Amino acid sequence: MTMAAETSKNLALAKAINESLRKALESDPKVLIMGEDVGKLGGVFRVTDGLQKDFGEERVIDTPLAESGIVGTAIGLALRGYRPVVEIQFDGFVFPAYDQIVTQLAKMHARALGKIKLPIVIRIPYGGGIGAVEHHSESPEALFAHVAGLKVVSPSNASDAYWMMQQAIQSDDPVIFFEPKRRYWDKAEVNFEAIPGPLHKARVVREGTDLTLAAYGPMVKLCLEVAGVAAEEGRSLEVLDLRSVSPLDFDSVQTSVEKTRRLVVVHEAPVFFGSGAEIAARITERCFYHLEAPVLRVGGYHAPYPPARLEEEYLPSLDRVLDAVDRSLAY
Amino acid sequence: MTVESTAARKPRRSAGSKTGTTRTTAQSADAPAADASATAAKRTTTKRAAAVKKPAAKPATETVTAGADPDLVQLLTPAGERVKNAAYDPYVAALTPEDLRGLYRDMVLTRRFDAEATALQRQGELGLWASLLGQEAAQIGSGRATRPDDYVFPTYREHGVAWCRDVDPTNLLGMFRGVNNGGWDPNSNNFHLYTIVIGSQTLHATGYAMGVAKDGADSAVIAYFGDGASSQGDVAESFTFASVYNAPVVFFCQNNQWAISEPTERQTRVPLYQRAQGYGFPGVRVDGNDVLAVLAVTKWALERARSGEGPTLVEAFTYRMGDHTTSDDASRYRHDDERVAWEAKDPIARLRAYLESSNHAEEGFFAELEAESESLGRRVREAVRAMPDPDPLAMFEHTYADGHALVDEERAQFAAYQASFTDVEGA
Repeated sequence: MTMAAETSKNLALAKAINESLRKALESDPKVLIMGEDVGKLGGVFRVTDGLQKDFGEERVIDTPLAESGIVGTAIGLALRGYRPVVEIQFDGFVFPAYDQIVTQLAKMHARALGKIKLPIVIRIPYGGGIGAVEHHSESPEALFAHVAGLKVVSPSNASDAYWMMQQAIQSDDPVIFFEPKRRYWDKAEVNFEAIPGPLHKARVVREGTDLTLAAYGPMVKLCLEVAGVAAEEGRSLEVLDLRSVSPLDFDSVQTSVEKTRRLVVVHEAPVFFGSGAEIAARITERCFYHLEAPVLRVGGYHAPYPPARLEEEYLPSLDRVLDAVDRSLAY
Repeated sequence: MTVESTAARKPRRSAGSKTGTTRTTAQSADAPAADASATAAKRTTTKRAAAVKKPAAKPATETVTAGADPDLVQLLTPAGERVKNAAYDPYVAALTPEDLRGLYRDMVLTRRFDAEATALQRQGELGLWASLLGQEAAQIGSGRATRPDDYVFPTYREHGVAWCRDVDPTNLLGMFRGVNNGGWDPNSNNFHLYTIVIGSQTLHATGYAMGVAKDGADSAVIAYFGDGASSQGDVAESFTFASVYNAPVVFFCQNNQWAISEPTERQTRVPLYQRAQGYGFPGVRVDGNDVLAVLAVTKWALERARSGEGPTLVEAFTYRMGDHTTSDDASRYRHDDERVAWEAKDPIARLRAYLESSNHAEEGFFAELEAESESLGRRVREAVRAMPDPDPLAMFEHTYADGHALVDEERAQFAAYQASFTDVEGA
């Protein structure tokens, strides 16, 4: 019984990340956790709950309230041979660190002609839907995917959260790890003895024949709901969990689109210059003669993230995605 | 009740007024501004008088300079006279005449290398060069204070420090020629890549030092930056992190008086070394053109770091004798007489005067060094001219350590595109 309980657990996404960080701290003495309030408090979302108690202040480090300083010193620690896992408290607070991430972290391996490595994970709880105040609901993933030298991933469920965090920490490249905060409390079975697939490979989470919905992070659950409703209306939608924004698994998108001939990309981030735009462009290049309709996007608008009372209108919703599905199928 | 900035009331900067006015600002935070101006003006006059004299002479102003700034650590006057300093003498007490000649040689060769690089830029062999002319003592003194296991985080002007760390000078030129963006292995000499984004490296140094402390090692870390960088948030954050974690790092600020065209008073109202006080660690101002003083102060600061006493800020008070870079034209924003005044404090002339007056070097030494300088210049020249352009496909290399599908795809596309020309040419 004990063995069975240890090999597999039903965990909330936040707790799965907590377990993953714990495992990394146990198995590699060079792994460090750094961030504001990650120690005694366990982070504002409790993702690092209990880790400082068990691994000490030298390894689970409460930092001064300075994001550039957190990432900048993490770079120095990585140069010394450590593997820092850094927490940025909220999506909208990453920008003081953006300079360090873009001008230093992303480029240093190349500048040293490969002689040094920067194995740093930057965890960012992101996205809306939790009724938060300003700067606590944003989706800035495209701003990082645009930068060569960074990898950008976002799990959609607890099992992926556990395994993708393991893989991100093991990666010798900097990884921006976007955690879908509205899904932190969603539970799923996590098998600790599973053999995970590649970190940057997309997964078909629902098979279908009429249209492909591509999403990552918080929007995968929405797309599955959309596919359920569409099925009742007699439409077979395939749902693709992209999991990784950079690199993006265009091969899997292409395979799906060559089958369904229609694609709708869904993300919370604004559609303008968003990852959906890049997917639309590349899939159009790759699948021009397979497409029955232009690639459509559903996402945020080109406006500041609205006050919480309006966020349901701003964010992709069941009806907005279904509307896009209808428009695509109408071609 | 607000204390007005004395900086705002100061007379326009001119030759040699810098030291005096900065000190004045520091000392007279509560004093009437009129007094501050008067003091500054007086010093300006004194310094101008000094500038008229030639460096080899022994102007009376030298003692005035030393006396005027009791907080400026100085072991050699601009005329090359050894000044006693109970606190810092022990750090240079063991120096032999050979060591002193070594410091002199380092400075001369660094200056020669620097001059060659400037010439190579003028000849079109380099795209840009950031000269260290005038800052040789600050860099050699601090560089020679480090141990091999210490780690150095430079800006893009630390050619003298690189020299002390045994980084081949020709390696520094790749990025200025445009064949790479760094190009040396930082861990071979514990000398990190040049950093162009101002101040960023102070955080890397601090993080590295935090790691040294975690490892229980007794090495230290030294972060170079300038007076302009002192305004950057990253430098402030590095002070905070170093302070609260008691990191073994020395913040080495070369205050060369100019951040491109902006004088130090556009960056600060207090002398920079005093900034440390607010963070809870010591700050020291050292005569940056005095290699012995810089060596002593940096050794002291590094030993503090090694013995667990935490960070130190060293402000090396020096002067950028040349333009900011070869793309700059300093004549648009500063007077020649300022430069002339600083020439009287030249770091190399100063040590030479001391070596000669104390009979630590014979004429043969200087002649041999001259020949060695020319040989270095020739070697650098030849190496740069022989430096090949990188293969076009090199732009994709090392973007990631673990690879990236998009990079692979674009590299293949680019290679095919390149090959299409070869086919046409071959046909």
